[in-house]
Amino acid sequence: MELFFQQVLAGIATGAIYACLALAVVMIYQAIDHFNFAQGEMAMFSTFVAWQLITWGIPYWIAFILTVLISFAAGLAIERVIFAPIRDAPVLSHIIIFIALFSAFNSIAGFIWDFTIKVFPSPFPQESLFGNTLIGSHQLGMVGVTLLMLFLIFAFFKYTPVGLSMRAAAANPDSARLVGINVGWMLALGWGLAAAIGAVGGMMIAPVVFLDPNMMLGILLYGFAGAVVGGLTSPGGAVVGGFLVGVLENLAGTFIPFIGSELKLSFALVIIIVVLLVRPAGLFGRVVVTRV
Amino acid sequence: MSVQSTITPGANPANSIRLAGITLPMWRKLWLIGFIVLVIAIPFIVKNFTIFQFTLAAIYAIAILGLNLLTGFNGQFSLGHSAFYALGAYTMAIMMDNWPIMAGDYEVTFLVGLFPVAIVCLVAGFLFGLPALRLDGLYLALATFALAVATPQLLKYNHFEEFTGGVQGINLLKPESAIGFLNDDQFTYFYVMIVLGLLFLGAWNLIRGRTGRAMVAIRDNPLAAKAMGINTALYKSGTFGVSAMYTGIAGALSALAIEYVAPDSFTFILAVSFLVGLVVGGVASIPGAIVGGLFILFIPNFAEEVSKGLSWAVYGAFLILAVYVMPTGAAGLVRIITHRLIRISR
Repeated sequence: MELFFQQVLAGIATGAIYACLALAVVMIYQAIDHFNFAQGEMAMFSTFVAWQLITWGIPYWIAFILTVLISFAAGLAIERVIFAPIRDAPVLSHIIIFIALFSAFNSIAGFIWDFTIKVFPSPFPQESLFGNTLIGSHQLGMVGVTLLMLFLIFAFFKYTPVGLSMRAAAANPDSARLVGINVGWMLALGWGLAAAIGAVGGMMIAPVVFLDPNMMLGILLYGFAGAVVGGLTSPGGAVVGGFLVGVLENLAGTFIPFIGSELKLSFALVIIIVVLLVRPAGLFGRVVVTRV
Repeated sequence: MSVQSTITPGANPANSIRLAGITLPMWRKLWLIGFIVLVIAIPFIVKNFTIFQFTLAAIYAIAILGLNLLTGFNGQFSLGHSAFYALGAYTMAIMMDNWPIMAGDYEVTFLVGLFPVAIVCLVAGFLFGLPALRLDGLYLALATFALAVATPQLLKYNHFEEFTGGVQGINLLKPESAIGFLNDDQFTYFYVMIVLGLLFLGAWNLIRGRTGRAMVAIRDNPLAAKAMGINTALYKSGTFGVSAMYTGIAGALSALAIEYVAPDSFTFILAVSFLVGLVVGGVASIPGAIVGGLFILFIPNFAEEVSKGLSWAVYGAFLILAVYVMPTGAAGLVRIITHRLIRISR
């Protein structure tokens, strides 16, 4: 039983990572109605920017805020410069642009900061809280930051006019345009926000998995799995889904003998497929009905 | 400004439009003949390594054609075709590794080796197509993406190691030329080209016929297709099977050409390249697959020559450029140019 609780707590700790990324995935899906495969690489790049700032001697929290701002601006710029001209192109062309961004970010990060693994500092104290040995204070802090971010996003979308406009622009661009919403800029804003959330996620994850240009690939898959479990239309669901995937993965790795650590990625695959088959909208997602 | 040929009822009027005095179907035939001549001439002109590169490009073209049948003609996204490519490659490799008749006698391998591969991949694709029925667009892309990411891990899994060779993969012997006046590279090249020709002919016939029209109808309007009495479930999973079969055969050919299979050559990057080739060549275009195959083989190499450290960034820039310049792929570009020329010539 003790082993069980231990694994659940450890699962929550890793789940926090997935929840961060799942949240970013859902955010951009809400804002631009697309899945951005370059999301993970953008987050990785932001984390490298933060690392560079810290290495230059800027205090952690100032570097943190600067990175979030830079990422926001960069996300906005990418949408305006690269994405806006081909917004009406077929979906497949959009996916190709995502792939292009993916390989470009990965390559540029490797070129500037090379592929060696780097240590990224944690803003939280070293010793664990409450004298427990199961969950480190960084993990707790990560959970806290994820929840805080979720709350802020929820408030932003629910209670601010800009948030409302963004939701409208993503859900029904034509009608939104008719009521005077600048749809193009709302999408750009969505990209900026998603990049900023990704940056926070990246900076939280990096102390655990270490920093290198390929750090995000496996995690992104779990992030997707979390987002799918929770439902692509629900930011809260994505966070719950992320935690759930983390816990399930850990329990399966411990208690189902043939899975072990080798097949953990395949386990994420199984989760995704099972959820999509049983409940395609996810646990908390809303079923989208389209008129024919 | 009348089109001055007799239009028989039922005939496609576009077929009687002339460009430089030659009708469009005639142009198509001329292109095809020119292409075949080029394909036969290439291995006698270029170096052995370049022959090998063209062989690979042809193999990629087959895989892209497979993906095109599914995505371009049937509207089902897949980011997981590297899995079927791997399945084909490993089926071939395991057969050659374990069945002495195939390792000792390459004639057997070349003549019948592709059939078991085709059957295995057809069945696997059909089975994966069944759950895929419930998934649309994005969700299907996700499920197949997960499949692609999980594939190398499954191949490395230690309980399968006896067959798959684990992390090390399987080394195969180099196929020897079965025809005297061709060297080994030339022989593999022609073998792949013949398979490519047959598969492209097959795809062309499939698309032109009743089945193809049903596939396209499902893509364009699933509800209307169903109302017309098309068994959408059967056609969709069937298309998945055929698509996986094409890609699997390409994988088996790659095992023969590269003489080696290993888990890390089948990462999701490969699936992504197929998709890139598909879009660059032209969605729902059969000849476009060949342009796609050439693109995904030669452009990364070219990008590497431009800048070693930043090769993938250069590749990304090429992709963005390709989408900007030809939003409908190479096939679409050819179509646009043809229409312009017709308008000018009138």
